Amino acid sequence: MKAAVITFPGSNCDRDLADGFAAAGFEVARVWHKDTALPAGTDVVGIPGGFSFGDYLRCGAIAARSPIAAAVVAHAGRGGYVLGICNGFQVLTEMGLLPGALMRNAGLKFVCRTVGLSVATADSAYTAGWAKGAAIAVPIAHHDGNYTADAALVARLEAEDRVAFRYLDNPNGSAGDIAGVLSDNRRVLGMMPHPERCVSADQGGTDGSVLFRSLAGAFVAA
Amino acid sequence: MKARVHVMLKDGVLDPQGEAVRHALGTLGFSGVEAVRQGKVIELDLTATDRAAAEAEVRAMCERLLANTVIEKYTVEIA
Repeated sequence: MKAAVITFPGSNCDRDLADGFAAAGFEVARVWHKDTALPAGTDVVGIPGGFSFGDYLRCGAIAARSPIAAAVVAHAGRGGYVLGICNGFQVLTEMGLLPGALMRNAGLKFVCRTVGLSVATADSAYTAGWAKGAAIAVPIAHHDGNYTADAALVARLEAEDRVAFRYLDNPNGSAGDIAGVLSDNRRVLGMMPHPERCVSADQGGTDGSVLFRSLAGAFVAA
Repeated sequence: MKARVHVMLKDGVLDPQGEAVRHALGTLGFSGVEAVRQGKVIELDLTATDRAAAEAEVRAMCERLLANTVIEKYTVEIA
């Protein structure tokens, strides 16, 4: 059960994400963006939050074309798990692994606070530990988290049960209150809220630990 | 040879920054502005000497990096 957490210049949640995986029992490797291969036996790739490449051009755009990107896309193509949080979600949309795009918050302000989410589906390795509809509290901290998708895409994501999390009180203008989306094989998850910032009581909340434990459970069961 | 790429949000994609600029212009007394859309201009110095080849190359750059075609459109000028 191995996780690989990628660090880009400007990533700042990589250590917390590695700790989140480790607390759930994963063996965690740290991977630099200039690496061209993932460690052998990697089960889950974690793409952390932060401001990769200073958000130059577009958030996540440069990171999505960095040397390690091809290995991440190939891993996803083989049915591997990929978790992208905050800037990591932006990177996954820029890589084309998840649909839609993340634009400037509708209110134009950077929003940093704990928000309420509802778990929109329990049908994924990431969310299996919750009941569908569960209300949880997870921190957000972003300037560009406004999930942008046309009505047809939102309808498709809902029809395919691919919305993982919804905001209870939309903080950024996201279409359909969407806070996290799954790939069509349900193994790639991108989300703006930070589950790695609420895995122990010391951080002020533990709801995020359910995500990492659920994911670990997928490997125990398999 | 130089190329200039204009990247704009597609029609129908809301532009909160453009709207904030419009609002600020109104505050300054420019009352006649109905809408503002904000985009990017990217200038490239190219070694290419063939105009058509240069344009094709820059269009490929737009598709792969310079624009996010999910939300943005682009135009290419070769000068």
